[in-house]
Amino acid sequence: MSLPGSNVGNLRNVRTSLSLLGLLYASVLLAGLLAPYDPTEQNRDMPFAPPSRLHFAEPRGTFRLRPFVYRVVSKPGSFGEYAEERGTTYPMRFLVRGAPYRIAGILSCTRHLFGFDEPAKVFLFGSDEYGRDVFSRLLYGGQISLVAGLLAASLALGLGTILGGLAGFYGGWADEICMRVAELFLALPWLYLLLAVRATLPLHIDPVQAFLFLVVVIGMVGWARPARLIRGIVLSGKLREHVLAARAFGASDSYLLRRHVLPQAAGVVFAQLAVLIPQYILAEVTLSFFGLGVGEPVPSWGNMLAAAQRYDVLTSYWWMFLPGIALSPVFLLYYTLANALHQQTARLTS
Amino acid sequence: MMRQVVERSILRLAGTHVVHGRWGPTPSAFGSGLSLAAARLAALACRGRGRFSRPAGARLRLSAALLAAVLAWAASARTSSAQSAEELLVSRAEIGHQGGQLVVNQRAEPKTLNPITAVDSVSREVIRCTIADLIHINRDTQRTEPALAKAWTVSSDGRRYVLTLRRGLRFSDGHPFDADDVLFSFRVYLDEKVRSPQRDLLIVGGQPIGVRKVDQYAVQFDLAEPYAAAERIFDSVAILPRHLLEQLYTEGRLAETWGLGTAAAQIAGLGPFRFKEYVPGDRIVLERNPYYWKGDRAGNRLPYLDRLAFQFVASEDAQAMRFQTGEADIASRLNAETFSVLAKAEQTRSYKLFDLGPGLDYSFLFFNLNDLDSKALPETSRKQSWFRQVSFRQAVSAAIDREAIVRLVYRGRATPLWGHVPPGNKLWINRSIAQPGRSLERARRLLQTAGFSWKPDGTLVDGRGNAVEFSIVTNAGNGERSQMATIIQDDLKQLGMSVHVVTLELRALLDRLTGTHDYEACVLGLGGGDADPNAELNVWLSSGGTHLWNPEQAQPATPWEAEIDTLMRRQLTTLSNSARKRLYDRVQELVAQNVPFIFLVSPNVLVGAHSGLGNFRPAVLDHHTLWDVEELFWREKRSSATP
Repeated sequence: MSLPGSNVGNLRNVRTSLSLLGLLYASVLLAGLLAPYDPTEQNRDMPFAPPSRLHFAEPRGTFRLRPFVYRVVSKPGSFGEYAEERGTTYPMRFLVRGAPYRIAGILSCTRHLFGFDEPAKVFLFGSDEYGRDVFSRLLYGGQISLVAGLLAASLALGLGTILGGLAGFYGGWADEICMRVAELFLALPWLYLLLAVRATLPLHIDPVQAFLFLVVVIGMVGWARPARLIRGIVLSGKLREHVLAARAFGASDSYLLRRHVLPQAAGVVFAQLAVLIPQYILAEVTLSFFGLGVGEPVPSWGNMLAAAQRYDVLTSYWWMFLPGIALSPVFLLYYTLANALHQQTARLTS
Repeated sequence: MMRQVVERSILRLAGTHVVHGRWGPTPSAFGSGLSLAAARLAALACRGRGRFSRPAGARLRLSAALLAAVLAWAASARTSSAQSAEELLVSRAEIGHQGGQLVVNQRAEPKTLNPITAVDSVSREVIRCTIADLIHINRDTQRTEPALAKAWTVSSDGRRYVLTLRRGLRFSDGHPFDADDVLFSFRVYLDEKVRSPQRDLLIVGGQPIGVRKVDQYAVQFDLAEPYAAAERIFDSVAILPRHLLEQLYTEGRLAETWGLGTAAAQIAGLGPFRFKEYVPGDRIVLERNPYYWKGDRAGNRLPYLDRLAFQFVASEDAQAMRFQTGEADIASRLNAETFSVLAKAEQTRSYKLFDLGPGLDYSFLFFNLNDLDSKALPETSRKQSWFRQVSFRQAVSAAIDREAIVRLVYRGRATPLWGHVPPGNKLWINRSIAQPGRSLERARRLLQTAGFSWKPDGTLVDGRGNAVEFSIVTNAGNGERSQMATIIQDDLKQLGMSVHVVTLELRALLDRLTGTHDYEACVLGLGGGDADPNAELNVWLSSGGTHLWNPEQAQPATPWEAEIDTLMRRQLTTLSNSARKRLYDRVQELVAQNVPFIFLVSPNVLVGAHSGLGNFRPAVLDHHTLWDVEELFWREKRSSATP
């Protein structure tokens, strides 16, 4: 046990959240292996099927270590009402052959970690309106959302740090130019600009291009606010006594910025990162509305959440919110990480 | 003309929630009378396909009763004993009692209360309750019936109509009404400077309708050429109060008058309700018109309701919740998902839901068949070599799982379609149009005959070895359409086609469809305000602005489009109803054979109302729920207080 905020506790926090985040990113990267189905496969007779129940005990009471499921069929004449057929059991099998997929876009593979014999379907997190497996979609969707959010936030913060740092440190015309451009970016009516951008692009953009485009658009839109924050910190930081002293000893500008001024902004940068990543994951929904994001049937957490924002889904199909629930540990981990890193750097710079 | 065409197409394209925005009648006919309708209704009832809220037989009796009422009127023009000078129209509906307020959800604020210039559907929905027309289309029977005109005669060549007006009527401010008001109204609508959207509809054979006063209570209308059942033109053409507007008209200030800021005393109409107050951002309230010209059989004057309040609720979900909690009394145009949620709680709540069966809306997929500049859009014009092949379009049609769309997108509350007249249009549908089920087999055969083949991995390639790949656009914000596109995408994947779904904001989409023609395929919906073929002229004439796959052609691009043009023009001037039906049947056959539109489904009209509301008789024609607002009443006493 260590006191919160102490050095050991902090390092442990950094390590735990980093390893958990690493695990998350790894599982998303290995989505093909972990997901039992192709994320775009429609089961049209099973819309809005609730999460499948994994059984361990047979009706007669025998306990089985290997989980099994019953086949689920929709009740005749109903919509979204299902019943288990208790006749046959379908045990879980490991490393089964299934829909082909690629890992990281390179390794081609057909083995899935687990699966069940047809015609049983297992929807660990239920199915959506087309009968697609929400669990598989969640894993695949993370590939886009987690990475796009991180990259876009890094891009925005990177640009913001560089431009804000330069503006704050040098002042004068550099400051004028950077800050006026930032104001321009803040004042632009993005809605119309995005519409115009959409009009100039070809109708269909393939998912990789769409992904890069997402990152660039979100990053470009977002840099102005952090830049202003960082400029303020640099502006006050460069007048601190230890900075002035270093300058008096003949330190170069780049050394001063690197060693003394920008580290003071680290806290703000990390706090911004923790705020911006979730924001940018959601920004993708807005972009999808303009036909700029990832379109159906490719899953992303953004478009999965958008599909849940309907009255009937809200009231009837709770499992459609799983992407939203999945987001909260992600945000929490980022927040913990940012917090710990902030304290770490604060300790180092103080 | 152009402006209007564009605006109309916008209104019509905007989705099921905007589509109903019909701003004026479209001339049409149902002249052949009861026999055809009765036969069709009987047929429907026998086959058990009628999905009415009421048994088909009851509807039949009702139509007969209404017709009888109408005939009785034309013959005797009975007057109410209480108001001997006033020729009131006697309603045959259930006798109710006066009092209470009806609260209706409105998805946006109206822009104006001016019936002359209003183009948006929201304004027109409010205005509709404050105006009256000379001849009215009964939304339930889909036939014309007397309104301000108690009777009319038609000359044998079908070009002259003489309308006899009711005597002793008054506007909602108490000022008397006569032929001069009618003359003034038509002068205003036909004046090009006023730019009324109604003007287009009052032009027959290229010439404005001639209007002449016969006497104080009779007006004569002359058409340049015979026009099928021209009395439908008069529906929803509001008669204006000359005493209030003539001065403004001569000063050229008509366009700005009757905005939302106008004092209630300066607005008058002949409708069941009159403007009372407007609370920006919240509601608009109409109050009972004490001079309304309809009464019930017990001698009471209609309307029964004291007030009608439109409250502005933007989101559909919020509208549904207000309806569920009883804050709104009527829910119009529910989508299937909301309907199913409301239906679950129907037992415990005080509302009733109605599934009226298929309406007049239909949705479809179509390919870009415009004459494209191959330099500007090389990719699309290359792909047009597929799109132009009838067998390619037929193959796509055969591969689409319409049943899945009905089940997944509409929860079973829609009807699969193979032709452009939906089953909601009972009088005009051609029932001999083939309805082949889904068959990938047939689709593959059709593609093979058209020179397509498959690569070993299943990809479909054309004769030159190019993989078949295209994108389907649809408007963002219409969940049903993007869901349909997603299902089609998956269906066509099984034929080896690589299809992408792209959603665009509505304006951007319309710009591509009618302006730049930069798209490949599109999922969209249309819906007429009237069931008559003339309401669809703009869609099927090759010169029409809503001829979506290739709009506003100077010359018909294909022989079958030329034939449709001829048929549509001929039915326009054919007076015999059965002959018109034959012509329109042929149009439906041509469309089904050549599949310029690949029809998907026709959604059911879903509405709901508080169970204490009397005389609530929703109809598949719009306005689905408020068309008989003057007859609605509360079975139990309710307070008239503003919410």
